[in-house]
Amino acid sequence: MGRAWVFGDNVNTDIITPGRYNLTTDPKEMAKYCFCEVRPDFPEQVKEGDFVVAGEHFGSGSSRESAALAIHASGIKAVIAPSFARIFYRNAINVGLLPIMAPTGSIKDGDEFSLDLENSLLHNKTQATEIVTQPLPAFMLNIQKAGGIVAYLNANGGRLPEMG
Amino acid sequence: MKKTLTEKIFSKKLGRDVSAGETILCDVDLIMSHDTTTPLAIQSFEKLQMDKLHADKVVIVFDHIVPAPHPAGAELHKSVYAFAEKYGIQRVHYGEGISHQIMAEKGYLTPGSVLVGADSHTCTAGAFAMFGTGMGSTDIAVAWATGQTWFRVPETIRINIRGTLPQHTSSKDLILTITKEVGTIGAAYKALEFGGPTVDAFEMPDRMTLSNLAIEMGGKTGLIASDGKTIDYLKSRTNETLEELHPDPEANYEKILELDADNISPQVAAPHGLEKTVDVQELKGIKIDQVFFGTCTNGRVEDFQILADIIKGRQVARKMRLVCTPASKEIYLQMIERGIAQTILESGGVITNVGCGPCIGRHQGVLGDGERCLSTMNRNFQGRMGSPNSEIFVSSPAVAAVTALAGEIADPREM
Repeated sequence: MGRAWVFGDNVNTDIITPGRYNLTTDPKEMAKYCFCEVRPDFPEQVKEGDFVVAGEHFGSGSSRESAALAIHASGIKAVIAPSFARIFYRNAINVGLLPIMAPTGSIKDGDEFSLDLENSLLHNKTQATEIVTQPLPAFMLNIQKAGGIVAYLNANGGRLPEMG
Repeated sequence: MKKTLTEKIFSKKLGRDVSAGETILCDVDLIMSHDTTTPLAIQSFEKLQMDKLHADKVVIVFDHIVPAPHPAGAELHKSVYAFAEKYGIQRVHYGEGISHQIMAEKGYLTPGSVLVGADSHTCTAGAFAMFGTGMGSTDIAVAWATGQTWFRVPETIRINIRGTLPQHTSSKDLILTITKEVGTIGAAYKALEFGGPTVDAFEMPDRMTLSNLAIEMGGKTGLIASDGKTIDYLKSRTNETLEELHPDPEANYEKILELDADNISPQVAAPHGLEKTVDVQELKGIKIDQVFFGTCTNGRVEDFQILADIIKGRQVARKMRLVCTPASKEIYLQMIERGIAQTILESGGVITNVGCGPCIGRHQGVLGDGERCLSTMNRNFQGRMGSPNSEIFVSSPAVAAVTALAGEIADPREM
């Protein structure tokens, strides 16, 4: 269970982690600035297991991995959006954050819900509804389950996953 | 099988027919990163239990905060240098220019090959028929260690351009018009391919401006066929074999857009996104505090020549800050040789050292609350150049030049 932090369409990387704060390699430091300008309450009040919910093309713009790292280090388990910018999507998988594609129009800020990865379902407890999510490709799920690409490679003799 | 440029490049890499939609593991030819994305890549690489680093494929360019504007930046730079020395990375460039420009000038770009870069504008390499695409730092670390990465081979949006650009318009007005048409997420997960007689007639700088904005439409890369002009540009810069690479006629495109360059007018993107691009006439008269001239989009000598031709013998508007950042040392030297640098200084402009300049809001022209900047850059997200309460307008070099003189957004056709 976690609460939804709802954002709009086209949330770009400058909104997630503004460039002028990008001077650290410590994800916990990055988390202090996560969404600081559009949701100043986010860094303080976000809790382990919460969800970021957004509109189309989440994470557009820069290749900066701090965007995915900062969200992950904030305790967010998954970002739910109808679509993602491709660099952010890869970064999320690589650092162990789940990018889940699903229609999000009905979700309200503060809704409590849980994610059922096995069955590709989101249970919205507040509204007592279910949303069907798009399943992640198997190899990406394996990377994410391992805790990210570094942990995956370390557990698999340095070999990238087979595609298909 | 009729192939797009993307399918041709990946088919050659894998030695079999590769089609859009497949997910593949692929050897990469070059792995690029810069001073602010390399430190995180080092952190990921050091966590990997892999000793080897494919140093022969690695290029590191210091361009984002060079020279370091604060101790934290200096520490990042030190860590990158130490890493490059430890692993014998030869191609390390400090203070020579923006990575995307350096990749071209040093002749590292080869038609038909694959480049991954820890910077979203790595798509600029597409102008040389090289599949260049941006990734995050951990993907770069994995490529350093394995020499490989995975790709979903993208579908292609083909953009055919014919006709001649009217006076006072440029490739930037063309690509801003295309961005408006395709939309800022219209090419997400896809490759763009630019072609047609107008593109064939463009020299490499104009082609690079087109490819540079592919990511602003969500695209993976912005490819252009390699031809005699591509080879002429590269041949004195590399010993690699250079080939002409064209897509097959009637390749399988997801969508084809037809554009007539004769109808292009000067464009300006209003804050805070390129989807807010309109004809310059709609924004004419808006007061501007700073004009920033430079970046991987329009920081080349041809762009500064447009500026110099317009401002020569005149002064920039009162309280206007004209900040000029050449994209490379090679360009800066040409600006000095041609008298462009002197013209800028005499007209009241500032020339910074080469690199990304204030584009990413970390030094050399950061914006305060309520300030407005008009720039030749490619991205005008809220807060990108400093205060979240500042505004960025994006335009061509000609619009930027007349705006610097007027102190407000102006139309170069009315000079």
